[in-house]
Amino acid sequence: MKTNHKAEHFVAPVEETPLLATDAVKTDDAPLSLWADAWRKLRRRPLFIISAVMIALIIVVAVFPGLFTQVAPDNGCVLSNSNGAPTEGHPLGFTFQGCDIYSRIIHGTQASLMVGVFSVICVLIIGVTFGALAGFFGGWVDTFFARLGDIFFALPIVLGALVITQLPFMRENRGVGTVVLVLVVLGWPQMARITRGAVIEVRNADFVTAARSLGVSRVGSLVSHVLPNALAPIIVLATMELGVFIVAESTLSYLGIGMPGSVMSWGNDISAAQASIRTNPAVLLYPATALSITVLSFIMLGDALRDALDPKSRQR
Amino acid sequence: MIQFILRRLLQVIPVFLGTTLLVYFMVFALPGDPIRALFGDRPPSEAVIAQLRQQYNLDEPFWVQYGLFLKNLFTFNLGVDFTGQPIADTLARVFPVTAMLAIEALIIQGVFGIAFGLVAGLRKGGIFDSTVLVLSLVVIAIPTFVLGFALQLLIGVQLGWAKPTVGSNVTWGSLILPAVVLGMVSFAYVLRLTRASVIENMNADYVRTATAKGLSRRQVVTTHVLRNSLIPVITYLGASLGGLMGGAIVTEAIFNVPGVGQKLYQAIIRTEGPTVVAIVSVLVLVFVLANLLVDLLYAWLDPRIRYEN
Repeated sequence: MKTNHKAEHFVAPVEETPLLATDAVKTDDAPLSLWADAWRKLRRRPLFIISAVMIALIIVVAVFPGLFTQVAPDNGCVLSNSNGAPTEGHPLGFTFQGCDIYSRIIHGTQASLMVGVFSVICVLIIGVTFGALAGFFGGWVDTFFARLGDIFFALPIVLGALVITQLPFMRENRGVGTVVLVLVVLGWPQMARITRGAVIEVRNADFVTAARSLGVSRVGSLVSHVLPNALAPIIVLATMELGVFIVAESTLSYLGIGMPGSVMSWGNDISAAQASIRTNPAVLLYPATALSITVLSFIMLGDALRDALDPKSRQR
Repeated sequence: MIQFILRRLLQVIPVFLGTTLLVYFMVFALPGDPIRALFGDRPPSEAVIAQLRQQYNLDEPFWVQYGLFLKNLFTFNLGVDFTGQPIADTLARVFPVTAMLAIEALIIQGVFGIAFGLVAGLRKGGIFDSTVLVLSLVVIAIPTFVLGFALQLLIGVQLGWAKPTVGSNVTWGSLILPAVVLGMVSFAYVLRLTRASVIENMNADYVRTATAKGLSRRQVVTTHVLRNSLIPVITYLGASLGGLMGGAIVTEAIFNVPGVGQKLYQAIIRTEGPTVVAIVSVLVLVFVLANLLVDLLYAWLDPRIRYEN
C-alpha cells in the first residue's frame, strides 16, 4: 500500500490532544506495592479503624495500668467486701476475696497481652521456618514436617501443659514464660500449614524462576523472593492467633494448669470466678468481657487485613 | 489413587509411633508416684508397693516399658488401669459418648453454619450479612468455658429448658446443650467460609451461564452455587471432626459428660500412663484417618484435583 506522507492531517496530532495528559504514565513514581495498596484500602474501613484504636488503648492500659486506676488490685482486699456491689470508686464491685474487680481487670491486662504477643512471636519463628522449608523444598522434607505437625496436633493440651510446667527449670518460676512455651509447642503446626500453602502458591511464580536464572541460590530465592510474597496470609493468621492465644491462656487457667494464682491475669480471674458464678455473676462477666473485647479487636484487625491483602476479595 | 491411599496409610505408622513415644515419655516425666497415690494417707508395706510396681512394669526403665506397651498393643492387649479395670472396656465406654457429642456438634455447626452463611453470602452487604459477620467474630472471641457456664446457667438452671448436666445416663437429647457449646466456634468458621465461598461462586461464569439459559434463581443457587461452595466447607468439617473427638475436655468437664476428654483429664492427673497412651493412640488414628478422608473427599468433590505421582 502506498502512503502519502504529505497528506493533510484530518485528525489532530497526538501532541495537540488533551488525551496526552490522560494517557501519561508517571514512570518516576514508585509503583503501589501490595502493602501501600492495602493501606489505602484499610484507611477507609471502619472495622479497621475501630479495632486499631481499641488495640492502641489496650496496649496503653497494659503498659501504664496506673493511669486508669488508683486502687491496688491485690493488697487492700477487704473480706467484708466479699462479692460486694459497686460503690463509690469501685465501679464494678468486688470479688469473692473482696478485691476491686475493675482494678484487677486493668492490672491483669499486662499478663494476658504478654502471653498473646510472645506466643505469636515464637509461633511465627518456628511455624514460618518449618512451613517455608516444607513448602519450598517439597518431597520428603514436606512429608516430614507435615507428619511432625500431626504428632503435635494429636498431643492432648493438658498433658503437654502439665509436663512443661513440671520441667525442672520451669517448676521454680512458673509464669508468663511457661504458658507461652505450652502455647508455642502445641500451636506451631497451624502456622506451619498456612506458611506452607502460601509458599507453594508463590514458589513457581515467574519472578522466582527469573531470580533463579539470574544466579540467586535456592535458599536466597526463598528468603528474598518467595517469603516476602507469601507474607499476607501469615500476617493475617498471626493477628488472629494473638486473640486465640489470649483465650487459650484463660482456658489453661480454667483447667488449673495456667499461670500461678499470684500472677494477675484475666484467665486467673475468670477461672477463680467459677466458684461464685451463681451468687455473683459480675465476677465472671466483667473479666470475660474485657478478654472478649480484646480478642475481638485482634480478630477484627486480622479480618480487615485479610480483606485488604487478598487480591481475590478485592475484585468484589 | 490406590497408591496415594496406601502411601498415606503407611505414613500413619511413623506418626503413630512418634505420638505414642512422645506421650509415653511425657507421662513418664510427670512427677509423683501413681502407686503411692493409690493408697492415700495410709502407706502400704514396701512389699505391696514392689509387687504393684512389678505388676504394672513400673520398675522397668523407660524403653522397656514402652517396648512392652508396643508388644501388648500388637497382641490387642491394652492391659488394666490402676483400679484394675481393663483399659479396652474404658475405651469402649467413653468413645461412643464422645462420638455422639461430636456428631451432634458437627450437625449443628454444619446445618446452621451453611444455612446462615448461604443467606449472608446471597445478600452480601445487607443488614443480615453485616450482623452475622460481626456476631460470628464475637462468638470466636468468647472462651468456650465462659460460653459453657453462661448457657448452663441461663438455659439449664434459670430457664430450665435442658438438663444443666449430663451425668452417667447419656442420651442424644441430653447432649444437645453441650454440643451447641462445643460446636459454637466452628459454627462461626463454617458460616464465614460458606459466605466467602458463595460470594466467590456467585460471580463465576458458570453461574452467569446458568442464569442466562433461563434457570430460576432457586435452581441456580441450589444446584450450582451451593454445590460448588460446599467443597471447602466439607473439608473444613471433616478436619474439625478430629478436633471435636479430642478437644472436648473443657465442655465435657462443665456439663459432666462421661466421655474421652474427661477420662483423659483424669488419667493425666492420676499419671495413669497406659490409659493416657491408649486414648491418645485412638485419637491419633481418628485424626489421621479423618485427614485422609478429607483429602479423598476433596478429590471426589472437585474432579480437577488428582493425587497422582
